[in-house]
Amino acid sequence: MSLVVVISLLTIGVVLIRVIYVICQSGKSLKGKRSEPVSTLIVLGSGGHTAEMLNLLAVLQKERFYPRYYIAAATDNMSLQKARSFESSLVNETRHKVAETSQFMQIYRSREVGQSYITSIWTTLLAMVHALWLMIKIRPEVILCNGPGTCIPLCVIAYLFKIIGIRWSSIFYVESIARVQRLSLSGLILYKLNISDQFFVQWPQLQKKYPRAHYVGCLM
Amino acid sequence: MGDAMDCIDSKKKMVFVTVGTTCFDALVKTMDTEVVKEELFRRGYTHLLIQMGRGSYVPTKSGGNGSLAVDYFTFSSSIADHLRSASLVISHAGSGSIFETLRLGKPLIVVVNEDLMDNHQTELAEELANRKHLYYAHPQTLNQIIKDMNLDSLVPYHSGDATPVAKLVNRFLGFPDDC
Repeated sequence: MSLVVVISLLTIGVVLIRVIYVICQSGKSLKGKRSEPVSTLIVLGSGGHTAEMLNLLAVLQKERFYPRYYIAAATDNMSLQKARSFESSLVNETRHKVAETSQFMQIYRSREVGQSYITSIWTTLLAMVHALWLMIKIRPEVILCNGPGTCIPLCVIAYLFKIIGIRWSSIFYVESIARVQRLSLSGLILYKLNISDQFFVQWPQLQKKYPRAHYVGCLM
Repeated sequence: MGDAMDCIDSKKKMVFVTVGTTCFDALVKTMDTEVVKEELFRRGYTHLLIQMGRGSYVPTKSGGNGSLAVDYFTFSSSIADHLRSASLVISHAGSGSIFETLRLGKPLIVVVNEDLMDNHQTELAEELANRKHLYYAHPQTLNQIIKDMNLDSLVPYHSGDATPVAKLVNRFLGFPDDC
């Protein structure tokens, strides 16, 4: 009996130490110099969000951030199309071989606009399982996201992977340029729970309110 | 904020109204009022083209001849062409439309849709109006804004860039700084 107690206490202790370790290590720059490329998951929001993300990708070193995995909501037809034409422009312009390794995926959304709350319990579950499946397949070293809600389940799962030790992903979140005074709900969740390793805002007013954020100026 | 196009076709001065994929009847209705049309004509505009999106209010077409020529459509894949040929753009507050217009260097009035539930986009329009990159209006105040606006006082918007983000991400991951 006492052995069971000791074992369970030990387990709880180990898990707690691990969680505290992950909390402390999150947000700290990775140690050592890196030259190998990092597998990168890019979560595309929609309309304006996707445009901002593509502006960021345009200046990122493609030979460092690859293979690239793009995920967009299943209801968003435009975003993956834009990502595809971005990737094919890389192939044409720079003859980057790496562009050919890119993959494009869609993810179920937990709740569509106007959907009833009862059915959204089921769809949320489905969306979580789907997100988990995609994350197990990809296990990205880097996650780039800029809202809206699509990125939350993926980031939460990535954080759990950190705790369990499956994969240490560095999570970067860029708040939308449309947010001047207040964070979006997605931004608020990632900031408050410290899930993102680096949190970027595009207006100085936001940086004053959220001191852990990095002010980076406008992306558009 | 003049455009080469204006010089070539100096007679045609188009006002382009765009609501994106939204439904913004209040704006279309305001554009369709005589006061607004007369005010635009008085200021030298000859054409009014309205992209009305999912709205149900249909404006009245008009052929011009001593007044403003009015035309409309619901959606088009060539919004960029219309923006390019416009002398003044009146837009909803979506960030896509705003930055596309500013990048083309066109004078812009952003009209806020008060019927939207989550109206966070007013933040962006207000901030850019404070910085004098555009004018900011409500459907009720649009006529007054058109009357009072001085397009020469607008400050051109310089497109931002994402290199600060890229630099911080690289540094975080331990990649060497290049360039």
